[in-house]
Amino acid sequence: MNTRSHYDVAIIGAGMSGLAAGIRLAHFGKKVCIFERHNAVGGLNSFYSLEGRKFDVGLHALTNFVRKGVKGTPLTKLLRQLRIDRDEFALCEQKQSRVAFGPAGETSLRFTNDFAVFESEVARQFPTQIDGFRRLVERIKTYDDVSLEIAPISARSVVRGCLNDPLLEDMLFCPVMYYGSAQEHDMEFGQFVIMFKALFLEGFARPLQGVRVILRVLLEKYRQAGGERRMKCGVRKIIGRAGRADAIVLDTGEEIQATHVISSIGAPETERLVGVPPAGTELAAGRLTFVETISILNQQPAALGWGSDTIVFFNDSPRFDYACPTAPVDLRSGVICIPNNFDYGPNQALPEGIFRVTCLARYDRWAALPDDVYHNEKSRWYADVQRSARRFLPALSDGTLSSATVATDMFTPRTITKFTGHIGGAIYGAPVKHRQGRTPLENVYLCGTDQGFLGIIGAMLSGISMANYHILQKS
Amino acid sequence: MTKEDCKQVVLDIIADIAPDEDLTNVKPEVRLRDQLQLDSMDFLDIVMELRKRHGIEVPEAEYQQLASLDSCAEYLTPKFNALAAKS
Repeated sequence: MNTRSHYDVAIIGAGMSGLAAGIRLAHFGKKVCIFERHNAVGGLNSFYSLEGRKFDVGLHALTNFVRKGVKGTPLTKLLRQLRIDRDEFALCEQKQSRVAFGPAGETSLRFTNDFAVFESEVARQFPTQIDGFRRLVERIKTYDDVSLEIAPISARSVVRGCLNDPLLEDMLFCPVMYYGSAQEHDMEFGQFVIMFKALFLEGFARPLQGVRVILRVLLEKYRQAGGERRMKCGVRKIIGRAGRADAIVLDTGEEIQATHVISSIGAPETERLVGVPPAGTELAAGRLTFVETISILNQQPAALGWGSDTIVFFNDSPRFDYACPTAPVDLRSGVICIPNNFDYGPNQALPEGIFRVTCLARYDRWAALPDDVYHNEKSRWYADVQRSARRFLPALSDGTLSSATVATDMFTPRTITKFTGHIGGAIYGAPVKHRQGRTPLENVYLCGTDQGFLGIIGAMLSGISMANYHILQKS
Repeated sequence: MTKEDCKQVVLDIIADIAPDEDLTNVKPEVRLRDQLQLDSMDFLDIVMELRKRHGIEVPEAEYQQLASLDSCAEYLTPKFNALAAKS
């Protein structure tokens, strides 16, 4: 055996979950290597530079934020497990966010990192629903959402058991779905609970410098623990024999042997590395994907009257339809993020204004376009997406906004597939999750989006849990 | 190694695993879980840090021996001393 390329654990993908799994395993003395096809870490939550500016992808806000001293929540578990001091993340809290429904956002529920604000908004806008809402919250608080062995139930049916106003029901589902659901129309209740806690009972925060701060901390921990990392070095095949992975084959053709393989790239994507499954038996890939527009402004959004909202989840229609649209983009609903509107403290601010809008999109309407058409479609939809979102913010004239805009960018489902390898640009992976991370090969485990803990804190906890459960507890 | 030394070893590990816990008044006879916020993930880490730092093995069936500082000392001190005698 070539000892140089034998590892206790090979991890596929250097996103949040792969890095977190790697830190745990390396810390406890395992010989670990992370293989990443791209030259940047982070996967879906990464960053890039364009004309001297740094852009975040993925992360609008770190969810699951709790203040110092609050224990037993995902953020604190994560910090302990990875031996991270919370000051290293330098988290700054959101100002306020909203769920805004109706053609011009006529019904609006504000929320902050103090849950009482959201509760009082529900009581004020939906007085007949508040008792049911409190029952729902109680059920959420006591639900064992991290169990690896719980039977799936429909979140819609649980919520309808507590509430009978479809508007409020949809207003609760909209943020929860946009920030993590891989399933159309409904969610598994455990997934709903994870996201409801992450968004409403806990909250939003962000480091001033964005997602790169978090990635830098993870990389440094991993390096200190002795983990290895090979970038621009994808895995193209897993060689299975007698129910076990025998080796992995890199894009370069090099074979690597590993006692265990942890794959963060998704369940159907991992299945394809093992071989072509018989027709009709393959795991279904997700259909939910997004476009996002990013506008860089030459002033702080507050100077334009957009200084209060951190995140706005919007929907203009009678019902909220979380599904893959038939059109390239569904303009009826979306998420606005203004990263300037976190409370960064005195004398700290992002140098430029940033205005991001995310909408549901359809992969195949983007994937097949020739390059020139693709670029034209991007410009066209960029304008439509912005116009749709601005209905839910304080009014601003077209002229004022366009003269304040100094740069724009946009990602599409095609971009997501290019940088994450997710089939169909599926942002949250496949609709069916694999809580225990098992695959048909006994020494190959899933972590990350298709294991089913959501959000970036969830992604890291997923890597931690799978490393603990399958490897550290058993050795 | 004395039982007091052994308690300190365990406290040092907990201090690294859970730096957000105040360990100044941990009562040795009371279950750790009842006075500190430690979950099963944290107990797994205590076991693994014992192995990593001191070469002490705690089989899964004996995790409950780590319930309190006193029970840790009863259970781990002989293990430490046996290890020291071997080297």
